[in-house]
Amino acid sequence: MEIRMWQREIETMQRDAIKELQLEKLKSMVAKLYRDVPHYKKKFDEAGVSPDDIKTLSDISKFPFTTKEDIRVNYPYGLFAKPLKEIVRIHASSGTTGVPTVVGYTRNDLNTWSDLVARIVVAAGVTGEDIAQISFGYGLFTGALGLHYGLEKIGATVVPVSSGNTERQINIMRDFGSTVLISTPTYAMYLAETAKGMGLEKGDLKLKIGLLGSEGCSDEFRDEIEEKFGIFPTDNYGLSEIMGPGISGECVYREGMHIAEDHFLAEIIDPVTEEVLPMGSTGELVLSSLTREGIPLLRYRTKDITTLIDEPCRCGRTHTRMTRTLGRSDDMLKVKGVNVFPTQIESAIVGIEGIGSHYLLILRRENYMDNLEVKVELVDGKVLESYGELEKIQMTIKKRLLTILGLDAKVTLCSPMELERFTGKAKRVLDLRFEKEGGR
Amino acid sequence: MYVKQISVFIENTKGRLADITSVLAKGSIDIRALSLADTTNFGILRLIVDRPFDAEKMLKESGFTVSVTSVIAIGIEDRPGALAEALKILEEGDISVEYLYAFISKTSGKASVILRVDDGDKAVEMLVNGGITFLSDKDIIEI
Repeated sequence: MEIRMWQREIETMQRDAIKELQLEKLKSMVAKLYRDVPHYKKKFDEAGVSPDDIKTLSDISKFPFTTKEDIRVNYPYGLFAKPLKEIVRIHASSGTTGVPTVVGYTRNDLNTWSDLVARIVVAAGVTGEDIAQISFGYGLFTGALGLHYGLEKIGATVVPVSSGNTERQINIMRDFGSTVLISTPTYAMYLAETAKGMGLEKGDLKLKIGLLGSEGCSDEFRDEIEEKFGIFPTDNYGLSEIMGPGISGECVYREGMHIAEDHFLAEIIDPVTEEVLPMGSTGELVLSSLTREGIPLLRYRTKDITTLIDEPCRCGRTHTRMTRTLGRSDDMLKVKGVNVFPTQIESAIVGIEGIGSHYLLILRRENYMDNLEVKVELVDGKVLESYGELEKIQMTIKKRLLTILGLDAKVTLCSPMELERFTGKAKRVLDLRFEKEGGR
Repeated sequence: MYVKQISVFIENTKGRLADITSVLAKGSIDIRALSLADTTNFGILRLIVDRPFDAEKMLKESGFTVSVTSVIAIGIEDRPGALAEALKILEEGDISVEYLYAFISKTSGKASVILRVDDGDKAVEMLVNGGITFLSDKDIIEI
């Protein structure tokens, strides 16, 4: 198989050369932060570190972390390293809690960004012949515009349909002959369900590739999208604070997402002790910008849980890969002392006959004990002939949850389409443990 | 012999049964017989109606999990011991009944019994040999 790359020379650099390049860029970045961003000067001084302390890449561990909170207290432009005159684009994260996090891009940043997105879309198998439908919401969110400019750069035909109006999405997909879908995995599944509901067969749509990013998803969920929708789903990773999409993405082998190490330095830390963990450990991803001009961040805590792989990939790319994220450390639930990621629940329910792939986790505290309830949709009437069949389904899910999580959960079946569908990031957890429930 | 039955999945939440029957009312579906059994978590409502496939479509469109299956329908005398005689035949054939519900017809004075068994064809054969009367979809509608 011919492996296509957008910037082959960089993407296949020798590992030593990558490290050398990173060190050189890190040195100048730290110096720039100290000189141009008062917040960093203050933080470095408080921690007793100076730019001269960077002798090797691992010296970065002496420097303080940057958190979402740091961006918020400097709202809106306090962390920008360039005057607004040089900033040509602003993006902001949704800010579900409190103040949004605002980021700025210089013209060079936008050029870099579109190249990075071009790398991941080419890695996923997209070419200039493709028609790419972007079903992310346009606006302050980086997902849609990020993919948009990267796809335009490689010469694909971009259909900026944005999110929502699912039937219209399907009609456009069919009429325009879209071959690439850009959406969240959950929305891709919802589109597949809707298309089926509209009476469309797999062959009625020309979709080939899905770039399904922006939320974690299990292998099983992904396989189901592949089967139902007839597309080849690939994952990619990004976060608006650092750049947006394009930080890393899967190639056609789907054995980890290739991090653009010429622009970002990745570390894995223990989210609790904040200690740097050795290569191959699972922990929170920490990213440093190496080239960003508008708002370079040092040691940004992404809250995403992943593992790094530093062996070169079968595709020939040499940059470090990260496994698909298990979830955000914020999404991690502690139930009876056990760490639970919603994606683990997903892998327990996907593929069970009669059960849909959407789910809701409900956590309650009764008599000082945590109770986990998993609600799933019974979508197929075939099993209604006997209680035995229905109870068997409940037991199977219960057993799988016990195996995967070591937790005893209550499994509740509900009617199809009863659980809420999400066009953006899915909310699958209802934590009632710290609230008083009425009427129970 | 066999009649069409609709099964509907019901969560144990308030108002679901009313929702289902409202959907059927709106579609002018006539319910001939019904049976509801539940566990603590969920229930299954079984219905014999005049237009089963229309009813299935309406319920599906309203977001319910529904299936249409064939069940055995027999007519027996409305007198003590009649049901026992019919069931005895099945017992002798080593056929187990998964569920059953019965109702009295206003006009014929006969009792109708809806049966779901593990081996339908064998049950039918046994019942035929035992001289039991079967009901068709048409008979049920005309009850």
